[in-house]
Amino acid sequence: MTEKTVAPTVNSAGYDVPPELRQSVAVTTLDKIWNMGRRYSVWPMMFGLACCAIEMICTAASRYDLARFGMEVMRPSPRQSDLMIVSGTVTKKMIPQIVRLYNQMPEPKYVMAMGACASGGGPFKEGYNVVSGVDQYVPVDVYVPGCPPTPQALLHGLMKLQEKIDRESITSVRWYQKDDIPAIPVPLLGPDIIDPRDNPAIREATSRKPAAAAPAAPAEPDAAAEAAAS
Amino acid sequence: MSEQAPVQEAPASPPTELEKRFPGLVKHDERAGYEGHIVEIANLVEVATAIRDEMGYDFLSSVTAVDYYSEAPDAENFIEVVYHLYKSTGGGSLIYKVQVPRDNAVVPSLVPVYPGADFQEREAWDLYGVKFESHPDLRRILMWDGFQGHPMRKDWKEAYFEEEVKPFKNRWPEGQVYRIEDRNPFGKNVSYPAGFDPEGFQEIEDPNLYSSLERSAMEYVEDIDTEQVVVNLGPQHPSTHGVFRMAVRLDGETIVGLKPVMGYLHRNHEQIGERNTWIMNMPFTDRLDYLSSMSNNFGYALAVERLMGDKAAPPERAEYIRVLMAELTRISNHLWAIGFLLNDLGAFFTPALYAIEERELILDIFEATAGSRMMCNYFRFGGVARDLPEGILPKIKDLVQERLPRKVDELDLYLSQNELVRSRGEGVGVITPEDAIAFSASGPVLRASGVPYDIRRADPYSIYDRFKFDVAVRYHGDVYDRYMIRIDEIRQSLRIIQQVIKDMPGGEILNGKNPYQVRVPAGESYGRVESPKGELGFYIVSTGKANPHRYHVRAPSFINLTILEKMCVGQKIADVVVNLGSIDIVLGEVDR
Repeated sequence: MTEKTVAPTVNSAGYDVPPELRQSVAVTTLDKIWNMGRRYSVWPMMFGLACCAIEMICTAASRYDLARFGMEVMRPSPRQSDLMIVSGTVTKKMIPQIVRLYNQMPEPKYVMAMGACASGGGPFKEGYNVVSGVDQYVPVDVYVPGCPPTPQALLHGLMKLQEKIDRESITSVRWYQKDDIPAIPVPLLGPDIIDPRDNPAIREATSRKPAAAAPAAPAEPDAAAEAAAS
Repeated sequence: MSEQAPVQEAPASPPTELEKRFPGLVKHDERAGYEGHIVEIANLVEVATAIRDEMGYDFLSSVTAVDYYSEAPDAENFIEVVYHLYKSTGGGSLIYKVQVPRDNAVVPSLVPVYPGADFQEREAWDLYGVKFESHPDLRRILMWDGFQGHPMRKDWKEAYFEEEVKPFKNRWPEGQVYRIEDRNPFGKNVSYPAGFDPEGFQEIEDPNLYSSLERSAMEYVEDIDTEQVVVNLGPQHPSTHGVFRMAVRLDGETIVGLKPVMGYLHRNHEQIGERNTWIMNMPFTDRLDYLSSMSNNFGYALAVERLMGDKAAPPERAEYIRVLMAELTRISNHLWAIGFLLNDLGAFFTPALYAIEERELILDIFEATAGSRMMCNYFRFGGVARDLPEGILPKIKDLVQERLPRKVDELDLYLSQNELVRSRGEGVGVITPEDAIAFSASGPVLRASGVPYDIRRADPYSIYDRFKFDVAVRYHGDVYDRYMIRIDEIRQSLRIIQQVIKDMPGGEILNGKNPYQVRVPAGESYGRVESPKGELGFYIVSTGKANPHRYHVRAPSFINLTILEKMCVGQKIADVVVNLGSIDIVLGEVDR
């Protein structure tokens, strides 16, 4: 019968599974079965920021069909989601909310920077209200290039995330370690966006005299530093 | 082109009607390339009221500020506030301006005359620091309370400031590229005032918002004495169509006050646009209303072409291609709008799936033509970027004559008589025609209230005067009519496209060569198109340099939101989401 077609090493991880059990017993590692479960049920958060969100919705629609990857269950609440797709330009006014949403997601959690804006500011990088890349505040697992990335590109990014999940081990991932993972401090909206982690640097720069605020060794008159000091 | 093509005003032009009515108070704008009138600031409200009541200019299209600033010692520095008005019965514009000193920019508010000026004046206050006296609720609108400075002023520099004008010299011609992060003391896009202490800083969340909400909340008396609560919907909320937020004051389930909060996607379109060269702005316009990028291209191209004059007049074939693309955009946008309005009604994603399926077919055409599904960047000054690819016309023909009409009928059949759609839509969020005009609503929102105002017919641009189509209009002004009007408009757009395909001529698609740099003569211009969301206007000021001195977008989604509070107050909380969905906003355009 079929037992001849099943090689003895398949799904046995080197153990000798008796032939009569090979149809119903598989030996694998905990990591593998754990990761397999997680990679096919990554629930993204229903969270759109800008143009990229439209392509994200198109990816979830019938032509590209995100359901093939077990990811069509978009959750409006961060408490139920595994993946935050940062789909669009991250502004200073929005980043406190994004950090808060990230903190509210239960572990294991992943972040995907979709598109040029979320990855590094994109075409709007120099704007006064734009954060040049969401990775300045939350850790990003996968970056998807494009402006906006096509649904195909987004799917590729999601597959990369699945590969990343495959490589994880429950003995080493950070959310199973003894120590708690500290929440990311929520940025404040002051005269400009304030990342509490930068407080000492900000204080040092603003307490200097304006002339001395320029960083060391710029090649030419430094307009950015002047603007920062003014 | 419309009848307001740029006219070089001779100094001795006869006094206009407005000047005769207000001798001495209203002057002609004599600057070369400018049009309209300059009004004395003390008489602004009086003149505006007369213009509305006596001359019939009842639709305030755009209010914006321009900062005329130069560091030259003899330069005349001032801020100008520009008003564009139209008649809701159609026709050309009336423009008037007031000029105020930069250090004491105080202008009387026109909100009592035109309620539609509300958000636009708040925007001018936020970005330019123009104080509008007696404005009922003058708060920052796009940036947050407490932000340092008024960023659109010409002497305000962003943290990543490199140079006034692109292309930046270090990229071209020098080619010594550095990363601007390395030149910022924080390595981030931030700057702080000297002496600022972050440790002692306490953020107070939206103090002005909540006090304003409390002030404007209506008296609501019901038999049960309930406590009023404030609920924030958004910015992360599945039904706000992006990062939009509404602070709602509730008495039980009834809304007694609502304040929209925006700016969560304010990506400084206008300021970046003023650093860009003219042609560099074209791809940025795609990202305004990212569901209908072709229409945005259209508006910007029209505005610049008006300034450039005959040398940028598009050839015949280009005009036909433009109309074709704009109408396909309208169809795809309305399909999306219908799908997601149904989403908001609770029919989660199934109607949207049907709509997106058809939209994908239109995106295929865009991809074949322009090279990109969403961000088409297809229009150029004086034409379009490239010709239609071979074999696309039969495909479009098949789509608009066979498939789409049937699919629209199908949507209509499934949805329009649906019990739930009707009971949740009829009589909900009613806007009267008077309100719609006063609050400067435009597009489907205006037409669903019984005002047949469509720029394609009222003030025709491009070649829209050649095609037969009906201006879709519905008369109840409720959510259901705003849904139905989109079905009507899809049908009219299909009609236009069928005529376009029939008449499509051959020939050139661009007037002259596709230039690296265009020369735009000094002056101002306001180009507006009927975008799927409403009246999309671009106000540009050129000083003859390589980049615009002022680049303002009159975004329909943004201004249509002015009426949201009035629509929702007195209704149930569950209807807020539907009301918002029926306006069909896109946050890229609301916040810019």
